[in-house]
Amino acid sequence: MSASRRQQGWVLAAPALLATAVLFLVPMVLVLLTSLYRREGKVTVTEFSLANYERIWSDATIHAALLNSLEVVAITVVISLLIAFPFAYVIATVVPARWQGVVLLLAVLPFWTSYVVRSYSWLLVLAKNGVVNQTLLATGLLTDPLQLANTRLATVIAFVHFFVMVCALTIYASLRQIPPNLPLAARDLGASGWTTFWRVILPLSLPGVIVGAFLTFVLAIGDFITPQIVGGGTEILLPQLIMLQVSRLGDLPLAAALSLLLLVIVAAVYALAARHLTLGVRR
Amino acid sequence: MRGLGRVLAWSYLVVVFLFILLPVVSLVVFSFQATSLPVPPFSGPSLRWFEALFADPRMLSALRTSVIVGIVSALLATVLGFLAAYGLGRYRPAGATALRAIIMTPLGVSYLVIGFGLLVVANELALGRSLLLVTLGHIIINTPLAFAIILSQMREEHANLERAARDLGAGEPRVIGSIVLPVLLPGLLAAFLLSFTLSWDEFIIAFLLAGFQVTLPVEIWSSLRTGLDAKTNAAGTVVFAISLIVLVLAYATNRALRKGRT
Repeated sequence: MSASRRQQGWVLAAPALLATAVLFLVPMVLVLLTSLYRREGKVTVTEFSLANYERIWSDATIHAALLNSLEVVAITVVISLLIAFPFAYVIATVVPARWQGVVLLLAVLPFWTSYVVRSYSWLLVLAKNGVVNQTLLATGLLTDPLQLANTRLATVIAFVHFFVMVCALTIYASLRQIPPNLPLAARDLGASGWTTFWRVILPLSLPGVIVGAFLTFVLAIGDFITPQIVGGGTEILLPQLIMLQVSRLGDLPLAAALSLLLLVIVAAVYALAARHLTLGVRR
Repeated sequence: MRGLGRVLAWSYLVVVFLFILLPVVSLVVFSFQATSLPVPPFSGPSLRWFEALFADPRMLSALRTSVIVGIVSALLATVLGFLAAYGLGRYRPAGATALRAIIMTPLGVSYLVIGFGLLVVANELALGRSLLLVTLGHIIINTPLAFAIILSQMREEHANLERAARDLGAGEPRVIGSIVLPVLLPGLLAAFLLSFTLSWDEFIIAFLLAGFQVTLPVEIWSSLRTGLDAKTNAAGTVVFAISLIVLVLAYATNRALRKGRT
């Protein structure tokens, strides 16, 4: 290929690169710079210092928010995988092949409701007079309604609901890529059903499990809406703390430092998982 | 698997489905509630809240805003994504791998951080919040996706068609117009429609950057402050319906295009 045609590749990619630079890279650099400023009273002091990072290091409220976030997200990842794996496995092995597409499509239907609306729907279901409480009261299993909405449990339920769909998709994709003669060969060689599952199917489906876990972690830890709408009030997570600085307190420097903290956490998890982040999709 | 195992498997499937569909079903069912509180017992069906919704000028304006922001940002993201995918995928310029990585990076960053970054820039330039900023934010979250989708649809055999057209004397605009775009149409449509639904659904960037005029998710968010309200259910049901229509549209056109090809 001639030199001019190669240059043409650059020219064609230039608008997207420019957009990425102006709308993403420059803002990230500015966030970094802003995180080195500090807020004193009602003014932002624009001389560089590590004041915000020292605060992150020592402030108990920030620690609590970080810990809450990590706990909620870890619990969400584990429960989502535990529910999604058997779900995907049943779809891949028990449901007849020609129905699998439809079943999957139905399984991710709520995915197409808006995020805000989905969180609101959980509020609806979990409210004091909501569907769950009313059902339990009517069947006599309860005498007093449970406080479900506005708790950590509610946040976890709403998160798990969304990420079961995500994980089911990635795990299903992995399960479908296992050549059917591998488990058959294991059975022929005398392995029991359980052994075949533990030693053949589960290890081969790990890529889907890891991609699902990674997506769940990254998307959940940055999410403001779900904890804000359904978790509401009892405890604060990292994105809520960031939004609090932005909207109520006007402390952009601290918000910038906390945003970078969020970025670093995601990058660290990515670095840990990067090697395994493939669904084995052939191009 | 047979007998008891099968029964267990199917029961498990049903239970998880109940969990997955429960919030959507209650959302939609109680949007037809006749009384104002969207909780059991069901008192409908009634279209009262849909009427109230479509009589609400704020909701209608937010709906229109969301459609416009969605179409503009999806269109631009698709164009940027297409040009980059074609340039990097077909011409393989020096450093293509690095450039690809740069275009993909926004995908690894939370929307919250992207929106916050743009807010900091706007503050620095003393720009007020506006729909333009929201649109720019949506372009930057969707460009990597559009790029990845279109790149994944590019095939080596298409390059031969392009080469043949060039040999026959077609200039670059003609090659792109008559060969590249028609061949990539399913990918372009998929990129556009996915970008549209993501913009349509996006809350945090719009919340941070929109001024007085807001998008639908932000308007719904503000209506949540009044607590549970059947009108919010109606709004949610409408959003869901529009997303489903876009989805079905995407599926149908893709199918038709693929059928036409083979």
